[in-house]
Amino acid sequence: MNIDLTEEELAFRDEVRQFFTSNYPEDIRRKRDNGITLTRDDMIRWQKILSDKGWFAVNWPVEHGGTGWTAVQKYIFANEMAAVNAPPLVAFGVKMVAPIIYTYGTDEQKSRFLPDILASNVWWCQGYSEPGSGSDLASLKTRADRDGDNYIVNGTKTWTTLGQYADWIFCLVRTNSDVARRQEGISFILIDMQTPGVSVRPIITIEGDHEVNEVHFENVVVPVKNLVGEEGKGWTYGKVLLQHERTNIAGVAVSQYRLDRLKEKAAESIHGGRPLLDDRNFVRKLAALEIELKALEYTELRTLAAVAVGGAPGPESSLLKIRGTEVQQSLDALLMEAAGYYALPYVPAQYDVDWPDADRIGHGTETSTSLRYFNNRKASIYGGSNEIQRNIIAKHVLGL
Amino acid sequence: MDFSLTEEQEMLADSIARFIETDYDFETRQRIAAGERGFSDEMWRTFAELGWTAVPFSEEDGGLDGGPVELMLMMQEFGRGLLVEPFLANIVLAGGALRRLASKDQKTKWMTPLIAGELHAGLAFAEPQARFELSDIATTAKEGGDGYILNGRKTLVLNGGAADLLIIPARTAGKQTDESGITLFAVPSNAAGVSRRAYPTVDGLQAAELDLADVTVGLDNVLGSVDEGFDTLRNIVDEATLAVSAEAVGIMQAMHDKTVEYSKDRVQFGVPIGTFQALQHRMVETMMSCEQSRSLLYWCVMLNCSNDNDGRKAISALKYQVGTAGVHVAREAVQIHGGMGVTWELDIAHYFKRISAIDLMFGNADYHLDRFADFPA
Repeated sequence: MNIDLTEEELAFRDEVRQFFTSNYPEDIRRKRDNGITLTRDDMIRWQKILSDKGWFAVNWPVEHGGTGWTAVQKYIFANEMAAVNAPPLVAFGVKMVAPIIYTYGTDEQKSRFLPDILASNVWWCQGYSEPGSGSDLASLKTRADRDGDNYIVNGTKTWTTLGQYADWIFCLVRTNSDVARRQEGISFILIDMQTPGVSVRPIITIEGDHEVNEVHFENVVVPVKNLVGEEGKGWTYGKVLLQHERTNIAGVAVSQYRLDRLKEKAAESIHGGRPLLDDRNFVRKLAALEIELKALEYTELRTLAAVAVGGAPGPESSLLKIRGTEVQQSLDALLMEAAGYYALPYVPAQYDVDWPDADRIGHGTETSTSLRYFNNRKASIYGGSNEIQRNIIAKHVLGL
Repeated sequence: MDFSLTEEQEMLADSIARFIETDYDFETRQRIAAGERGFSDEMWRTFAELGWTAVPFSEEDGGLDGGPVELMLMMQEFGRGLLVEPFLANIVLAGGALRRLASKDQKTKWMTPLIAGELHAGLAFAEPQARFELSDIATTAKEGGDGYILNGRKTLVLNGGAADLLIIPARTAGKQTDESGITLFAVPSNAAGVSRRAYPTVDGLQAAELDLADVTVGLDNVLGSVDEGFDTLRNIVDEATLAVSAEAVGIMQAMHDKTVEYSKDRVQFGVPIGTFQALQHRMVETMMSCEQSRSLLYWCVMLNCSNDNDGRKAISALKYQVGTAGVHVAREAVQIHGGMGVTWELDIAHYFKRISAIDLMFGNADYHLDRFADFPA
């Protein structure tokens, strides 16, 4: 056992650090540091910068444009990226649908979709949940009925994150209702959002933002060649995808960045009074959270090390999802606590890019801490709720 | 960064696990703990023959050059086996003092027989008024006779009843809670003025209250430099804290595994209780407590391998974690075992008591949370 980074790993870290120093756009950095919402173009521009360097599709196989990095290199990269407060990558294409396409797709699908994901030319969104199918995903009702070389898709998907920007959507749909188990008869298909009959309706979430959507399909014609893998095996593919999603949403490096900012904030004198670090209750909550996050960091490293030997992440990734989102939500709560009264003003417009600094209420991003806190209650609900994760661990890890 | 073990390390862990499986089952442990001495001299001799008592010592001193990884592996297995033999008291605490401080002659006199399993020892790290503060030492050592005269009281001296040699931190200068002015003395337990009241502890181990009334020792009995013993004392106790934390992780894993198995067998309402979601989610929580604790244990061991300055802070993080998570796992294990979990007959009850004792040992979760928070970043 050894905690030290090798010479090569240290050199890699310096290279990554140097690259972020020189190539992370100043205007995006300014927006991020001031809590200003990024545009679609901002996100794509940043992803293209990473892609041009060959550092975008970190986990892909090398032959499709991946990095071939070791677990430790991925860990270093994630930490360095979080340390400059770079925006997280939009996961739906590069981290979610792509692994399904390169694992189960045809050669034609690989050459048709992967290069555009790699170059961020196409924006993907996810069509899993339905108004009547949340945690009980296998109850989904969106149908894809075969009609010659096409499917005719009818139904509704919901909680479609950033669907308003999306060019394509990957969906779990029912292709056969006459099955013994509900998990059978579900297929994984890819749908062009421009197809007639697809419509997107915004859902405004608790903090007042437009982040998620409902997507309706009315007699949408989808070519059979957009089916990934075998018809009726979509449930299996979807589960694999969710395991990738779960390890992604532990968010250790980003939580570490936020914890460091919280410590800085707590050490400052708050509005002329005493620093929060003089408050023993707060200090203990902070310390307990820091310890939990450190444990999570090493649980993730252990998982990555095991994945490096054994392939795809298994049901253990559910642990990372549960504890990762719990840590995120604890951080949300402490950041809001640190803001005090300044958590209360609801002036979202002051986080627009052209809002004059002089008119800003509160220091820095204080007044957005509550918005983030409210919004991020979603974290323990999405990606399979934390209760569903416990079911998965109980069944597949503990054998209950 | 590397989590893998060397072949020798794997062999060490395997051999202890096998020994416990074949020669130290729960019934054996209970019989030994109920005996007059509270541990088995025969077992202790066997441990010495197997080389376990030599692991943390340098090759030069007749040891096997083991470090934090070896200590972790041994203590995890000892935890799983609920071992009552005084490995912590003899080897980690008293042995830790001797290997760090003893002169060549002192090593020959005390450390060599300690490693051979022929001498028992204890380190008196606690005083009645001090709670968890190591530097709160009221016991005095004043120059006199041909050396020093010791007076004071020590509490919870692990292995204190069986000990041939007592290692006594005493105040040679300064105020009662000063870190400077502390000196460590090696005192034979049969020295005039030493009186002991030995007792078993709730977790099946053995300890003693110690009274020192004008105990006269020579200069040969001083370990290390006069007035400068505190840093070493703290390092020894930090290492012992890491050791009991590793033991706790072994215990937690054992309790969790046994509870999951029990829930598959125990039938109520016509089905195994493990099919109830209310219990399943609680066992998922105990699994996560085990995994998160193991992760911190590895982190901590790896940091301490590198002699990093952050090592001590990491030990407090770990002790807080095993204090809170350990008690969580233990309480759930007892609850899910139902009435059987609170019987003397079942190992679960004895794991519970040991994990509860470990939380108090060398500072509880609250103490270490504060120590962690107060370390410079």
